[in-house]
Amino acid sequence: MEGAALLGRLSWQLADVVDAIAETARVKTLALDVPGWQGHRTGQHVDVRLTAEDGYQVERSYSIASPPNGTTIELTVERLDDGEVSPYLTDELRAGDRLELRGPVGGYFVWEPALGGPVLLVGGGSGIVPLMAMIRERARAGVDVDMRLLFSSRSWDGVIYRDELERLSGNGLTIVHTLTRSQPSGWTGYARRVDREMLAEIGPAAGTSPHVYVCGPTPFVEAVATALVDLGHEPRHIKTERFGPTGG
Amino acid sequence: MDSLMLDGNAIAGLLQEVFVVEMTSAIGTCDSCGASEPIGAVRVFRGAGVVLRCPHCGDVLAKIVRREEQACVDLSGFRALEGASRAGLHGRADR
Amino acid sequence: MSFVSRGFHGRRRSDADASRIPPGQYVTPDFPVLSAGPTPHRPLEQWDFSIGGEVDEERAWTWDAFRALPSEEIKVDIHCVTKWSKLDTVWRGVSVDTLLEGVETSAEHVIQYSDGGYTTNVPLEDVTGGKAWVVYEYDGEPLEPEHGGPARMLVPHLYFWKSAKWVRGLRLRAEDEPGFWEVNGYNNYGDPWKEQRYWGD
Repeated sequence: MEGAALLGRLSWQLADVVDAIAETARVKTLALDVPGWQGHRTGQHVDVRLTAEDGYQVERSYSIASPPNGTTIELTVERLDDGEVSPYLTDELRAGDRLELRGPVGGYFVWEPALGGPVLLVGGGSGIVPLMAMIRERARAGVDVDMRLLFSSRSWDGVIYRDELERLSGNGLTIVHTLTRSQPSGWTGYARRVDREMLAEIGPAAGTSPHVYVCGPTPFVEAVATALVDLGHEPRHIKTERFGPTGG
Repeated sequence: MDSLMLDGNAIAGLLQEVFVVEMTSAIGTCDSCGASEPIGAVRVFRGAGVVLRCPHCGDVLAKIVRREEQACVDLSGFRALEGASRAGLHGRADR
Repeated sequence: MSFVSRGFHGRRRSDADASRIPPGQYVTPDFPVLSAGPTPHRPLEQWDFSIGGEVDEERAWTWDAFRALPSEEIKVDIHCVTKWSKLDTVWRGVSVDTLLEGVETSAEHVIQYSDGGYTTNVPLEDVTGGKAWVVYEYDGEPLEPEHGGPARMLVPHLYFWKSAKWVRGLRLRAEDEPGFWEVNGYNNYGDPWKEQRYWGD
């Protein structure tokens, strides 16, 4: 929902946790009701803040997984074993709890149907989250923009949103997986890290000036962005979102 | 390449808190090498405070230190900073 | 601060002796990596450490010469201005007193400077008298690049931004010269026990 743009200091607010849904063994989606939420653009994120009883606070950023939908937003969180925030969000937080957040933020890493295509999305692991919001928005808007997703995961069981991606593919949306650590028997797809050759095979060609969005761990993003520039893509058409090591 | 490095987009919330408007689409010009990039594409490092560095030459564009009710901001590494817009903002006014 | 996240504790240790924790700090079992810039990777054969500025005679050591200096093991608590403290950290390095032995100076201030351009300032009396070291081992192993290796300063009685990573030398000066963070809101001295985090504290 596009509203009038509002100026104002971003403020922390309390969201209600409505549901917590397991996506994979280590990944959970939190459905939140955010009073007064006025919509967002797909690709944006929220900052989340946790406060312990003694006042200790930590902040992390999480991409919004859902397209605008009233006051409901979804965050998809991967549990990092030595993380400080993600285990709380995936293991402890439950329906009825409240979560402090502010947003939406980030106008740079954003796609909307009005931008058109072609679009190339390259995601590594939980880097799929903001890209999924874009994919869902495309479906919600009913446009057939040429959009291609190259999604790198460690294993088939670990592919986040696997079934939904399969359902949504077609009608201009192409989904390509690469599984880097283990593959199911009979797998004929890519089985290695994203590289220049793979990107060249998937396209779209640099000459079509696609909008490119790359999201995932910093080393993944660096390698993919470098390969895309090698293939002739304009650096200013490549938008990146790196998840640093503090993203736990 | 440094695995600690983030993009300007990662500190979108901090920037909006400090500057009030959405900053990640603003275009900054590096005073050292003259390159121009959206803030969302500059390099971000978290030390004692936040440091923005030019993705081309690596020099410091800005430093931000947050304390409770204030921020100390040095933008002297920018030769120019323009285009901060309301267009990217779908937030809430403070209540 | 009114809202508390139900069931959230973080990864702090709450069993530490409270008298060892400066105000506003939390003890962590981790060793967070914070940096104002990318990790430098200087080969050891290109590394040297210098003492210069207002001294009678400048000094410099190559890596091999530096490692041949008398060193000691140091066990200290460290306190970062971003609110984490880490207790009983173990280092090995050379005391600044050793490096300044025989140096004549009327300077009262020191600037630490590093690969990558970082600087931080400390009074000379805060790095002498057994208060500061140039360290090259952490926890019995060579200091990792992301933690400041090959060598960093260790000035544990001040907030840890006053211990420059990737340090290459000390410049002694008659005048104080605020460093990278001191010019941008952080306290010029940085005593964690007086919670001197920012300007005006």
